[in-house]
Amino acid sequence: MTAQTSKASAAIIGPGNIGTDLMFKLIRRSDIIEPRYMVGVDPTSDGLARAKRLGLETTADGVDWLLAQDELPDIVFEATSAKAHEANAARYAEAGILAVDLTPAAVGPYLCPPVNLSFNLDAPNVNLITCGGQATVPMVHAVSSVVPVPYAEIVASVSSRSAGPGTRANIDEFTETTASAVEAVGGAQRGKAIIILNPVEPPLMMRNTVFCAIPPEAGEPGELQDRLLESIHAMERAVQEYVPGYHLRAEPQFEPAREAWRGQARVFVPIEVKGRGDYLPDYAGNLDIITAAAARVGDLMVAHRLGVETTWKSSAELGDLADPMTGDRQEAGV
Amino acid sequence: MGDMKIRPEDAPVVGREVTETEVLENLSSAGGERDLRITDSTLRDGSHAMSHQFTEEQVRGVVAALDRAGVQVIEVSHGDGLGGSSFNYGFSLVDEFDLIAAAVDEATQANIAILMLPGLATVKHLKRAHAVGASVARIATHCTEADVSIQHFGEARALGMETVGFLMLSHSTTPDVLARNARIMVDAGAQCVYVVDSAGALVLSDAQERIQAVIDEIGGDGAQVGFHGHQNLSMGIANSVLAYQAGAKQIDGALCALGAGAGNSPTEVLAATFERMGIRTGVDLGEVLSAAEEVVRPFIPRLPWMDRSSITQGYAGVYSSFLLHAERAAERYGVPAHEILQKVGEHGYVGGQEDMIIDIALQLAQEQELGDLAAVGVR
Repeated sequence: MTAQTSKASAAIIGPGNIGTDLMFKLIRRSDIIEPRYMVGVDPTSDGLARAKRLGLETTADGVDWLLAQDELPDIVFEATSAKAHEANAARYAEAGILAVDLTPAAVGPYLCPPVNLSFNLDAPNVNLITCGGQATVPMVHAVSSVVPVPYAEIVASVSSRSAGPGTRANIDEFTETTASAVEAVGGAQRGKAIIILNPVEPPLMMRNTVFCAIPPEAGEPGELQDRLLESIHAMERAVQEYVPGYHLRAEPQFEPAREAWRGQARVFVPIEVKGRGDYLPDYAGNLDIITAAAARVGDLMVAHRLGVETTWKSSAELGDLADPMTGDRQEAGV
Repeated sequence: MGDMKIRPEDAPVVGREVTETEVLENLSSAGGERDLRITDSTLRDGSHAMSHQFTEEQVRGVVAALDRAGVQVIEVSHGDGLGGSSFNYGFSLVDEFDLIAAAVDEATQANIAILMLPGLATVKHLKRAHAVGASVARIATHCTEADVSIQHFGEARALGMETVGFLMLSHSTTPDVLARNARIMVDAGAQCVYVVDSAGALVLSDAQERIQAVIDEIGGDGAQVGFHGHQNLSMGIANSVLAYQAGAKQIDGALCALGAGAGNSPTEVLAATFERMGIRTGVDLGEVLSAAEEVVRPFIPRLPWMDRSSITQGYAGVYSSFLLHAERAAERYGVPAHEILQKVGEHGYVGGQEDMIIDIALQLAQEQELGDLAAVGVR
């Protein structure tokens, strides 16, 4: 094991696909967060059983049980529903537990690691927007940091198999939360978000398209367009640090200004997210990107609190990993 | 014209005198006795063929003519439903809520319907449409994803709207799965569920089997079944007749077929065909023919037609509204539109994934370039 002595203990609330994938990511990628509790409400849950096999303390008695423990976790990851997090957030805060929220509840500020983590390192509660938000907000920001973006629109296509009951029961939350983060974090004056579920077999990789309205001069080849391209490619690399399967599917496409676009030009940025396969299959890039962002945010915030360097292991450092299902941890790069 | 003599058998049969009540009941404006209800989608599906450039004047003209003809439900929305005005689907010339309000203002007997796709439109859009007077909520999902519409049916019913579920690209799944998804919609509050042939890909028995399976599943609950056809393989009218014969009670059409792909089942042909079969739609044939010929036809920039691209859509099972987007990408990237559409079918893209058209066009252009290089000996 590593010589790291200072560690934070974590509880994952919600032993579903997201919670389970997050558990694997924390085990594999962070040496300063130790997943200690897995909290559910269904004693027959596979996720609870799996967490127990990996050595976590588990319960089907919910957050009440967790908060009654003598040793409270330092950080909780909420992978339940917006409603549940709205109810739990104040209790975590009262107990002094840092909350990383993977639901669309947005009690705390929206967080996208390569864009605004540094401004929010001391927040007691942060929100991971949505999977579509994690995939697209960085690119909106990459564009809006070079030119004004009066309007940005994102289309997220995910395989039906990777869209869980929570997303399905409240799909409006996805579109509204994502659109609002495209504005608040992406930097567009107005944002719009669209999600499409595609059932085709074999399942499609997660695809995202970002459209930004840009000034007419940026729609024509030239220095401004070159700077936009540079910014977009730099952002691709920044996201790849924690989501290795994140890449541009093709070069950004610029379209000259049109009257129907209120005189603005347009840039089209096609993104594909191949899942890391920590627990979920490759096509579930939509789940991978939000669990990766959560683990990354948790790692950096904990490092900040403990006053230590982050120990995050990028994929390049991890190299070829052993099958996570065996629980076999690689020590490479530490 | 030969012999114009009127023969005795041609004389109208005059039976007993009709009572005043019967006359009133049979007036289209009173609902009357109908065997099925035609919903006209010129101002929604037709929005695709118009590249979403409808003017308020056009909307008022079409609603007035359909209302006069006795059509009971008129759908008005962006082609992709509420909130569809976007980079991905095309921006509307006029705000759709203004168009809906104009339609409500113009109608005297007809109800104004809206279409919404969860994932694109939200409950907020629905409430706004209701606030400007829309009274029928048509809520659409891909045919296997009905559970994303549960909250919207609940809200629509709570608003007191009539509800219709729309199972899009119905050809792409089996009758059983379709029936299961119809069940989800009915349990969520749908009063009717449509088998929607978005790609114009259902050929006769394909349509009838799906209608039958959905009726078997939800008919017992008093829910109706509907059919929405496209003309890509020229099956719109024939499939609608088969749907009626299988028990469908709501049938969609569009004047002059104005709709995505090769267009929809023309409302005026539905009215004529059903009348010829003695099936009562409550639509006045003369009025609806004049609505098509005199009101809609003059403003259509390009009549929907079965050409290489739209037939490919029917054949390959491609969402009809991809047509004009594929044509635009074809022009920009120098690759054939029908090849783009064929690829869309092979990849299994669903309604709403218009952005993938650019992706495919880029790939085809790249392949073409590599092919050209290979042809001149570059490796």
